Amino acid sequence: MEIMSGSKALMKALEKEGVKEVFGLPGGANLPMYDELYKSNIRHILVRHEQSAAHMADGFGRVSRKAGVCFATSGPGATNIITGLATAQADSAPMIAVTGQVPVKMIGRDAFQPREANEIPEVVKKGFYIAETGRPGAVLIDIPKDVQQNEAEMNFPDEVRIRGYHPWADADVSEIDRAIDLLLSAQRPIILAGGGVIISTAFSELQSLAEMLMIPVVTTFKGKGAFPENHALSLGPIGMHGHAEANKLMVEADCVLAIGTRFSDRSVGTFEEFEKNLKIIHMDVDPAEIGKNQTTHVAVVGDVKASLRIMVKLLIKRALKKSDDNVWLKHVNEVRDYWRQNLKIHPGEMGAAKILRKLREVLPKEAIVTTEVGQHQMWASLFFDVIQPGTFFSSTGLGTMGWGFPAAIGAKTARPDVPVVDIAGDGSFNMTENSLATSVLENLPVIVFLVNNYSLGMVAQWQRTFYDRRMIGVDQKNCPDYVKLAESYGAQGIRAQSLDELGKAIKAGLKSDVATVIDIPIDPEEDVLPFVAPGTPLKDMILPS
Amino acid sequence: MIVMWAILSILVENKPGVLFKVTNLFRARNFNIDSISVGVTENPEFSRMTITTYGDEKQIQQIVKQLDKMIDTIEVKRLDEHKTVYREVVLFKIKVSKAANSMEINKLANAYGAKVHDAKKESIMVELTATPDQISAFEELVKPFGILEIARTGIAALQRTGA
Repeated sequence: MEIMSGSKALMKALEKEGVKEVFGLPGGANLPMYDELYKSNIRHILVRHEQSAAHMADGFGRVSRKAGVCFATSGPGATNIITGLATAQADSAPMIAVTGQVPVKMIGRDAFQPREANEIPEVVKKGFYIAETGRPGAVLIDIPKDVQQNEAEMNFPDEVRIRGYHPWADADVSEIDRAIDLLLSAQRPIILAGGGVIISTAFSELQSLAEMLMIPVVTTFKGKGAFPENHALSLGPIGMHGHAEANKLMVEADCVLAIGTRFSDRSVGTFEEFEKNLKIIHMDVDPAEIGKNQTTHVAVVGDVKASLRIMVKLLIKRALKKSDDNVWLKHVNEVRDYWRQNLKIHPGEMGAAKILRKLREVLPKEAIVTTEVGQHQMWASLFFDVIQPGTFFSSTGLGTMGWGFPAAIGAKTARPDVPVVDIAGDGSFNMTENSLATSVLENLPVIVFLVNNYSLGMVAQWQRTFYDRRMIGVDQKNCPDYVKLAESYGAQGIRAQSLDELGKAIKAGLKSDVATVIDIPIDPEEDVLPFVAPGTPLKDMILPS
Repeated sequence: MIVMWAILSILVENKPGVLFKVTNLFRARNFNIDSISVGVTENPEFSRMTITTYGDEKQIQQIVKQLDKMIDTIEVKRLDEHKTVYREVVLFKIKVSKAANSMEINKLANAYGAKVHDAKKESIMVELTATPDQISAFEELVKPFGILEIARTGIAALQRTGA
């Protein structure tokens, strides 16, 4: 037991959780916390808007798999981080937000607020426990100013139990056995890997399973990069802007092993059509996801890495040899090869496919990539192959424009040893571009690969496709000038108007000590294709003509 | 889609904000709460919420899972109405247009085991503890007199021992 202030206890509790960096912005209600932050060994990374602090903590958390931490003050400080909290929660990213609050006597009492200073160590411990275990997510800890200031005897627990929270269920082995039977009896099996594979880092388990059974692997968009996209069994993401071959073959499959996915409508098109003639084996850590969107034939609830490991072991026991010379796999290879060779892409030199393939060519495979939200994001899904699993991150659940750049800075904080690139669009980048200040001043250089079509391109595409070209609210013109914008922050700004210039610009970015914004003007009329229109099944995918 | 009625018995942490979180979950998932009652249990650290709702089998399973996932819920049970004692208290204020009506309302109340309070010249208040079906039946019977006001508590339910 030691007597100290609530704020000091907060820093100690954070240090005890291994926190080395905090993203934030101070204000009246969290000044006592900041005063203790000043005295602590934790590094403060100053943002220019609290939303970015939340996205940075989120990006940090996704990459390090430890909760990223952000600080904000009361009122507008707290409301500014809400988008970031919702984004992290929707994508199951571990994150902790600590907000300052007005003194206790000025507020109505609330459940997640420590009301006495001596509650802080336990509240922080519980927060990290909830954020990082089971299906990860966002936790807000709101600390009234007087609770920050009050002194109390502090007891720092090494472990906490929460009676209403049971994050781990051990998978039922008999269910895994049933899943194997179902998979082996299928004529046209397929594996659908979701974001859960990435969160639980079940990469080698997934690869072993796919290779043992010679089953092709598709992913959701969030699961992109759960499986190496240059692997012979990889078909890429399914869904609204999935790969043609992935959607075509998903529709033909008679049995799917779906791992760590919630079957979002963006992935499956329409629920009814998706499950028609399809036996679904669903593995997930969250029992509430079983049967939520799709009817499940076999459910395996538990950490997917552990479940896959058991599955692989059981398969080894059965000593079964699956020949790669089967009709389904032959057909899969034909369909894949056909679409890889024949999918029509934009003819221009700076077409989306070409610029993203150039990025892949120059970027080392261990580089971490984030994206913003919009056309560039879907082009990244289609044309940027993730080679090393777990190096690709995007705001998929909520679809938050402005997420990618601060998340890239958070990722760089977690992994300063690898290059980090934000594949961005001009519309999204505008939303959090002032994070350039953080990147430059805090020495967290990342590359912004700015696919610039001078418009809110995805909305423009929908207006072209579904609203008879009645274009409204999408034209951003050439404003601002992104090269000058970058330079005004002390970052490097490069405009790339040919693939040769683009290659050089990426290399310059990789060598740079400061952030690099590569402005890549493209044809504003280029659409993202293939496209499964909202509310339609995958089989009705629109292909480029 | 077969819509059914479900009684959910939810043991929760007895602390501020929990009722909000539970009802907000119903709102977020677009489920309507048919009735709700909340009170502290034999252990003052816990409250029991009894919520009745309508939905198809899949929807009800989903809401049970979502409730279970909440950190503030300790135990979530879906009660089988055939193995459960469930009752609701209702207060009816019924119009009395002529003296004979007062007698008749008293008779009906007696037949249903209801208590009569606040008998005035112009109205009578009746307190009925019963199942929702019995309450509906009673309501139909007194409707012709004119129902001035109704207040219902929501269902309280406990599973029968050994059921």
